[in-house]
Amino acid sequence: MKRAPVFHGETDLPVLLPAARRLARRAERERLAGGPLPRLKARHGLWLLAILLLSAGVAQAQADAQVKESVITAIFKWMPVLLQGFIFNIAISFLAMVIGTAVGAVLGLMQISLLPPVRFGSWFVTQFFRNAPWLVLLFFCMFLLPFEFDLGFATIPFPDWVKATIGLALPVMANVSEIVRGAVQSLPSGQWEAAESLAFSRRQTLWEIILPQCVKRMLPPWMNLYAILTMATVLASIVGVSEMMTQTGRALAAENRPELLIPFYSFVLICFFAYCYPIAVWTRRLERRYQVKL
Amino acid sequence: MTSPDPTWTPDQPIIQCRDVHKSFGQLEVLKGISMDLMKGDVVCVIGPSGSGKSTFIRCINALTPMDSGSIKVEGQEVNDPRLDKLALRRKVGMVFQQYNLFPHKTALENVMMAPIKVLKEDKRQVEERARALIRKVRLEGKEDSYPGELSGGQQQRVAIARSLAMRPDVMLFDEVTAALDPETVKEVLVTIRQLAEEGMTCILVTHEMGFAREVAGHIYFTDRGVIVEHGPPATFFTEAKDPRTKEFLSQIL
Repeated sequence: MKRAPVFHGETDLPVLLPAARRLARRAERERLAGGPLPRLKARHGLWLLAILLLSAGVAQAQADAQVKESVITAIFKWMPVLLQGFIFNIAISFLAMVIGTAVGAVLGLMQISLLPPVRFGSWFVTQFFRNAPWLVLLFFCMFLLPFEFDLGFATIPFPDWVKATIGLALPVMANVSEIVRGAVQSLPSGQWEAAESLAFSRRQTLWEIILPQCVKRMLPPWMNLYAILTMATVLASIVGVSEMMTQTGRALAAENRPELLIPFYSFVLICFFAYCYPIAVWTRRLERRYQVKL
Repeated sequence: MTSPDPTWTPDQPIIQCRDVHKSFGQLEVLKGISMDLMKGDVVCVIGPSGSGKSTFIRCINALTPMDSGSIKVEGQEVNDPRLDKLALRRKVGMVFQQYNLFPHKTALENVMMAPIKVLKEDKRQVEERARALIRKVRLEGKEDSYPGELSGGQQQRVAIARSLAMRPDVMLFDEVTAALDPETVKEVLVTIRQLAEEGMTCILVTHEMGFAREVAGHIYFTDRGVIVEHGPPATFFTEAKDPRTKEFLSQIL
């Protein structure tokens, strides 16, 4: 969508002059990128490092550190294993989001259907999964789904992580469904009336006029949901998937050094923070940007 | 679905309303409205707010379903469950108080959308016609502007062009100047007057008495769901008989 260019940083106000060049450069970069850039600064990283070092220091002080390797070395040693787990978390979150969004979008559209049975059915499914604890859904999928599907000619294996992904996709689906319904209903009724009076059919109105406008409204809550989902993927450790929390637990068990508990779990926290915080920042910016232009 | 009445000929009323009733819950907003329009007629419907003017014209293109009575557009009955609403709305254009342009499309795209998607016409021909319509409402240069970048009066003129792009036989205007500031009212009225002079059949719900007097061939005064009085503007404004009409006119003029 084309919009009138806003030239940030062009000013002749004396108070603003010191910052003008910096703002103009930034605006130029954003124009080239076609959108707002995350404003991650060195201090964000410093904070993270400080938390890590602090926790490491506390742990170090608790340990009798003569024979054993330092906490930092231990973290470095286990890092590949832990990060592998983290990648697994992200993969699960991605897949669950894709499945949840696809099914949830259909469910959301069914919620605005003109046919009462369709509308009521999808409303019920949405409410049921939206108001269920994620962990319970996860357990249900773990124990209800078979470990493989036999199609006669081929057998599809159903490992634990796939079941966990499906388990997490269910609440995502329900939330996406509500996001779609909410966005469609938040548009002024005048849009529907204008389309109707121009002889658009209901389907055309929805696809040509209503939904394109809804995408903007849906994006921030959808990204928010993704961040929440990513943080919820650690629930899969409870059902035995080898993601980051499970791997951390294993590493700690192998080391058998209580003073490593806090640094290791801090490392997990930092990984999630580093991944989810930019999403949160990005979401807030999109929200602010779309707020003005509606 | 009912097809257009084959027996209808242009010398019969293009719109024929008989005893139209409509209630919202307990509130009866239309208590038997009757009106005939010939092709090329321009009529204004005036009256206090809440008198059912808007509801009435929304019944004509089936945006609001009526409870009982009959409206025939080119002989086609609107109060019929088998009515092909889309066919009816291709013949009847409507412009709203709040413009209701599609904010994610440019002015030109707003005008082109319905003919391309609904009438499935060729894109290049539609674009040519759309550009001509935008010139007609005197907005050349604004083709690529988004509604958010246009003033209220400009948006309303795009909305008129958007309706005209469907080549309707009748145009309904629902208080199209009510949301505009006084300076921009005029530019919209000029556009409507031009349409009226070209012979477009128009029903205008309006509060612009001066404009009604100037443009309308016939004026209907509605109050509490009934047509209290009607007549040509020359006599309507000066020789109103009903006390309710007199009171309304004295407040407004």
